Amino acid sequence: MAPQRYQVTLEGHGVCNAYEGERVLVALERAQGFGQLKNLPRKLPVGCRRGGCGICRVRVLSGQYRSGPMSRAHVSEQDEAEGVVLSCCVYALSDLSLRLETPVVVNAKGERALQPV
Amino acid sequence: MALTGVLRPSFSQIRVLDMPASIEFYTKHIGFHQVTEGPDGRVYLKSADEFDHHSIVLRRADSAGIDITAFKVLEDADLDKFEKRITDYGFKVDHVAAGEQPGTGRRIGWTIASGHRIELLAHSDPSDPRPKSHNPDVWEFDPHGMRARRLDHSLLYGPEIEKNLDFFEKVLDFRCAERVDMPDGLLAIWLTTGMKAHDIAFVKYPEPNKLHHVAFELENWNDVGHAADILTRYDISVDIGPTRHGITRGQTIYFFDPSGNRCEVFAGGYTYYPDIPTRTWDETQVGKGIFYYERKMNDAFLSVVS
Repeated sequence: MAPQRYQVTLEGHGVCNAYEGERVLVALERAQGFGQLKNLPRKLPVGCRRGGCGICRVRVLSGQYRSGPMSRAHVSEQDEAEGVVLSCCVYALSDLSLRLETPVVVNAKGERALQPV
Repeated sequence: MALTGVLRPSFSQIRVLDMPASIEFYTKHIGFHQVTEGPDGRVYLKSADEFDHHSIVLRRADSAGIDITAFKVLEDADLDKFEKRITDYGFKVDHVAAGEQPGTGRRIGWTIASGHRIELLAHSDPSDPRPKSHNPDVWEFDPHGMRARRLDHSLLYGPEIEKNLDFFEKVLDFRCAERVDMPDGLLAIWLTTGMKAHDIAFVKYPEPNKLHHVAFELENWNDVGHAADILTRYDISVDIGPTRHGITRGQTIYFFDPSGNRCEVFAGGYTYYPDIPTRTWDETQVGKGIFYYERKMNDAFLSVVS
């Protein structure tokens, strides 16, 4: 049976398909390759794709998903409760709507700020 | 024998989010073997081509990154000599008792200006699998996965790397094989303690104590191609490569372990001698220095760390 297909909306940038069991970030990378993501401030932020580096942080605005292990250095328990996740570590269980929340290190204490869009 | 004092990287202790997935990655795919699991759950790994007890330690944690970068010195007395020099330089040195890691003698440790913990040790028990030293074959156990032969080096990111350069040269007797100087100052250094092109490297980064990658040595370019086949076959996250570094001349792939720690497979690289001048790079050619074939850095090189 073909895997379930969902629609992922990246706020302000476009809509693409994501499949059951597929890392949402991988679906977004494919969409970028097909030219389906418009008006990105820069290339889609893609790093380790395995939950360690934090660069693909997104806020889930709506929809259901499951998630795998991700670094607490980048997603606190409070973040996770609010739907802020690493898109490489979430898998769609319904159509999703996302907003990029890419953090950048701003000082030597390791404090982060959202990347200006 | 000219090579004394600090000999080479001994082990890196890496934090992982998922221990079973990490063990499978480093043993099945990198080609290492599990030596043992300690009572606290840390897992000890090595290549069958390494004599010492282990070269990678995995520690389950809720964040990725690196805990310790350790180097082996030739003799136990070196630990006392280096402790005095490190203390005189101004760093506080602490002691880790023999056996804190299985098969490992006493260690001294301290934190350098970039925020990384460095350790020295003089003794490591031999462990199996290991090469024979009498009538040895080219390998004793069938190489598997990417056929990594040993831990090669690490690249660490943090602030104040000019202080790291001063410390490693003055106190640990490393040499600077290559460096990148940008208009606003020193960006990166490649340091060697023997005849490899590098044993440790640092890139300037605002946040302390970050890991860019830990590298494993492969025999040749053909094995780098074989590693690339494995990366695609097993859907392992790739950063860049196969390609080549202008700096060190190493043939390489960057990819990520299941916790997002970057790994490198590395083959080749030139032979360093202490009388060779430091190779220097500027802003105009740094892209070629990092990735020789692409001639530019990718987006991830300066921004993606664990």
